Amino acid sequence: MATDGLHENETLASLKSEAESLKGKLEEERAKLHDVELHQVAERVEALGQFVMKTRRTLKGHGNKVLCMDWCKDKRRIVSSSQDGKVIVWDSFTTNKEHAVTMPCTWVMACAYAPSGCAIACGGLDNKCSVYPLTFDKNENMAAKKKSVAMHTNYLSACSFTNSDMQILTASGDGTCALWDVESGQLLQSFHGHGADVLCLDLAPSETGNTFVSGGCDKKAMVWDMRSGQCVQAFETHESDINSVRYYPSGDAFASGSDDATCRLYDLRADREVAIYSKESIIFGASSVDFSLSGRLLFAGYNDYTINVWDVLKGARVSILFGHENRVSTLRVSPDGTAFCSGSWDHTLRVWA
Amino acid sequence: MAAGPAPSGGRARAQRLHLSKMERVVLSMQDPDQGVRMRSQRLLITVVPHAVTGGDVVEWLIQKFCISQEEALHLGTLLVQHGYIYPLRDPGILVLRQDETPYRFQTPYFWTSTLWPAAELDYAIYLAKKNMRKQGSLLDHEKERYDQLHKRINHAWDLVLMQAREQLRAAKQRRKGDRLVIACQEQTFWLVNRPPPGSPNVLEQGPELSCCAASPVQMTKSSDFYKQEIECCRKALGRARVKSSVCLEAYLQFSVQHRLHDPMLSGCLPGNPWITDSAAYWAVNSPTAAAPTKLRVERWAFSFQELLEDPVGRAHFMDFLRKEFSAENLSFWEACEELRYGGQAQVPALVDAVYQQFLAPGAAHWVNIDSRTMERTLEGLRQPHRYVLDDAQLHIYMLMKKDSYPRFLKSDLYKGLLAEAGIPLETKRRVFPFPRKPWHASPSPALLPPSGEPMVAGGPDGGDSVA
Repeated sequence: MATDGLHENETLASLKSEAESLKGKLEEERAKLHDVELHQVAERVEALGQFVMKTRRTLKGHGNKVLCMDWCKDKRRIVSSSQDGKVIVWDSFTTNKEHAVTMPCTWVMACAYAPSGCAIACGGLDNKCSVYPLTFDKNENMAAKKKSVAMHTNYLSACSFTNSDMQILTASGDGTCALWDVESGQLLQSFHGHGADVLCLDLAPSETGNTFVSGGCDKKAMVWDMRSGQCVQAFETHESDINSVRYYPSGDAFASGSDDATCRLYDLRADREVAIYSKESIIFGASSVDFSLSGRLLFAGYNDYTINVWDVLKGARVSILFGHENRVSTLRVSPDGTAFCSGSWDHTLRVWA
Repeated sequence: MAAGPAPSGGRARAQRLHLSKMERVVLSMQDPDQGVRMRSQRLLITVVPHAVTGGDVVEWLIQKFCISQEEALHLGTLLVQHGYIYPLRDPGILVLRQDETPYRFQTPYFWTSTLWPAAELDYAIYLAKKNMRKQGSLLDHEKERYDQLHKRINHAWDLVLMQAREQLRAAKQRRKGDRLVIACQEQTFWLVNRPPPGSPNVLEQGPELSCCAASPVQMTKSSDFYKQEIECCRKALGRARVKSSVCLEAYLQFSVQHRLHDPMLSGCLPGNPWITDSAAYWAVNSPTAAAPTKLRVERWAFSFQELLEDPVGRAHFMDFLRKEFSAENLSFWEACEELRYGGQAQVPALVDAVYQQFLAPGAAHWVNIDSRTMERTLEGLRQPHRYVLDDAQLHIYMLMKKDSYPRFLKSDLYKGLLAEAGIPLETKRRVFPFPRKPWHASPSPALLPPSGEPMVAGGPDGGDSVA
């Protein structure tokens, strides 16, 4: 009936405006307790000295764009995935390739190393996340033991094991995140709330909690309770897609990197954005971010082929690293903070220290 | 490869944010007062106005953004690669030279953002013109593409040739200088939009990702979506917030506390493996090292979480709890972690095992939980799920954190570990011309059998000398 349609539209419009006004009120409330800026507090901290970081290893072997990488807990092995469907496990210290798998799809945008070091997970345009146990048996074909764990209705953008090999958290272009049981492939919990593709996620290093943060094309960063599936906190200050989110080592904050060429720091207790890392000369989007062990440095890889190093407390850029010949698509600091690895569309990965 | 029609969704537009920013930069460069110095450039017998030199472009960027020469050159190069600035000589190569090489600013008509996506028909006309102007001037890859286009849009080929002829005729009527400039502009546009094989495609954005907004079923902003947002906002409005000054102070403390432990800020002993090529640092700090370093033992005092995260720290803590007859607390906590992160199929069995060992009356390792939590937990055990022990686990965790942990730090056991812990000697850097140290392989974790308890007793775990 025509009148029913009209009624529906009015309700939708009024709901939308109610949501907008509540968001406005929320910003006002958040601003009330904001009594000092980070760089003011940071005046008491020593400035960082001269900063020199160089490429110490270059990993060549991918035949196409490197899209994602992750470190093994042994602090030297990494897994990387690329556009042509290849997933490679390297001992990046010796630069030897130890395993290679060819996925049945292209654009493998997500990969992760299992905490035990005995398996890897990956996925992309196949809309799935698959787990491959790592084997050194020459007679065994790694692809044969592959386990399909997650099933989304659009591409897989990110995946991560939780504290064990038995659970995987995924983010997808279908706008949801999900927690899966690896053994059975059972969906344990799903997380709805993003209004567009979810591009990244990171698990909180919290001692008691079960939370994680995700970022998406809707410019929102959302913090979730893994147990209930509820969104606990949401932040919407970026001006474009959020490509990467990473927790500050204490777990009290997280950083984000976005296509709007800025990185931002959000504090969870203050419930607001507390710092923006940007420079007029930085025009291209930040694709991936990670903190150094003490949280003092923020490394960010950009689509203009560079890596910028930021002083998290003072807000200034400490250094700019050149070397990659195409956009930097992924960046992770090693588990013991001795180095970080960057992957690029120039087909290589570099370890910097 | 991003080929074919581009998605018109929000994602595609947002992805071109960097283009509009570049355009802003290029416009400021052309400002008559604050911009780059313009001059007329003589090319053979033609004079082209409004040209700039590569060197001036770089200099302007250095001044405007307060950046280094390297960064200015890099940014300038990106501007050229995206077709916003083009070289007047050698227009076939989009490179920024930091010298007297002349460049010009691309006309907005040919900006990527204006004409995107570049149409096949226009490319065909461009190639046809090039072919007509001078036979044999098409490069190999252009010839290939020309033939492919001919096949693909054969039905419109007469139109292509007619347009090409018409444009060439119109061009002849222009002054030589203008003709040259327009030719450069066009060539630059096509170099960016149809790069030669081997050149990076700067316009490539990624796979043809369908933005959720395009698919009506899933992500239409339904009333449910807004209701959820409203709910989330209401909850957020009700939450307790902490003053910024308190939160930010915490970062300062954290980074000061961890500064010496951050290898990137303070180095690490015996040496950063990636710099010294020696894996000694990893050997000395292995998860099962029997002789933890001083820094490592110090870290256990930073927080209870850091103590538990370190297998060696946790093992010593367990020893301490045994002396206090409360080791079952840590064992219980570990069992709960196993449940929370374990396989779904193991949940019932694990819950039962935990109950039998820790919660049942007369259990061998009975944990002392307050009666209310115990009651709630036992009630929940009727329908076991992986989070059923959360309350009890939190209670025990807090007990250890507030009570046992501070005592551990004050104990002789911990003080003894701190006193015994050594500081590794720095590995001497190899100086040229000594050959690089061979990079030693290490066994993959995938090869080792699953490890049990970390070894605490026994000899040190290899590695170089420890003071």
